[in-house]
Amino acid sequence: MNGSERPRGEPGLLLRAGLALLLAVVATGLTLALLAGPASPGLTDAVAESLAGSGASNPVTAVLLNFRGYDTLLEMAVLTSTLVGVWALGPAPRIRETDPSPVLLGMNSVLIPLAPLICAYLLWIGASGPGGAFQAGAVLAAAGVLFIISGRRPAVPLPTAPMSWGIVVGLGVFVAVSLAVMPGGRQLLEYPRDLAGILMLLIETAATVSIALILAGLFIGGRPEDEP
Amino acid sequence: MGFAFDAVLVAVLLWVAWAALSSRDLFRGIVLFIAFGLLLSMGWVRLGAPDVALAEAAIGAGIAGALLLATWARLPGKTDERPGDDLEGQERDHERQ
Repeated sequence: MNGSERPRGEPGLLLRAGLALLLAVVATGLTLALLAGPASPGLTDAVAESLAGSGASNPVTAVLLNFRGYDTLLEMAVLTSTLVGVWALGPAPRIRETDPSPVLLGMNSVLIPLAPLICAYLLWIGASGPGGAFQAGAVLAAAGVLFIISGRRPAVPLPTAPMSWGIVVGLGVFVAVSLAVMPGGRQLLEYPRDLAGILMLLIETAATVSIALILAGLFIGGRPEDEP
Repeated sequence: MGFAFDAVLVAVLLWVAWAALSSRDLFRGIVLFIAFGLLLSMGWVRLGAPDVALAEAAIGAGIAGALLLATWARLPGKTDERPGDDLEGQERDHERQ
């Protein structure tokens, strides 16, 4: 195939061969690195040693909320500013009022009541096993998405707290806690040992609410009409 | 037994990834991407990382899939046609808008 026959926007043979070569080299390098021997233990030992005073028995949660809490704080800031960016683009498109399929309604009537239960379980179990704020928030957001696509309005009026408060509460509580522990000569985000567990649960609960609202808000794809 | 399962999982993962990337029908591609995310979370379980598996299933497959489908519903021409492939069809689309 020469250049003149090629449709516009199609990569050339040389580019394709170069990309294939590059991918093959990277894949070979990764495979060799895997076969080279046991992986370095990294910081596993350091985490295991200080796990007892972290307020969580699950090492993943201990790293995310305590040892590297600053990274998670910045992640919450990134998520919050993402939705602020989406809202700045304009109002949400109107959802067409159509009759949803009976399959969707039947599934919703089972899944949506279960979602808060699963969310609470994931949030609580995060201290000692796989789970945590992000997974819990995603489950709650999924229930929100199912509700949005069903096109129904709630029979019981929902509390009309502005969505914007719910979106910033995760970041706000995180920043407030990280600053509130500072008196007494501690660093930013250095929780007192006996309060670490409860403080992390507080941060995670607020973060779950915000993550659920942010993910569902991204699905709506714009600023809801009753929000400023 | 475990090895056979892993081998099949890797083969299916690569196949689904290729099918999702090479699909001309965008809807089919998105559905395959969601299936890929669910299979990948099974791979994370096999690697002993249930935390990553939960995040992959919830965010990689669930929320990302929902966002892709929402975007797909708003696209005017819903196939991955390249410029110059079907000029008449594109003109019809423009007239309709």
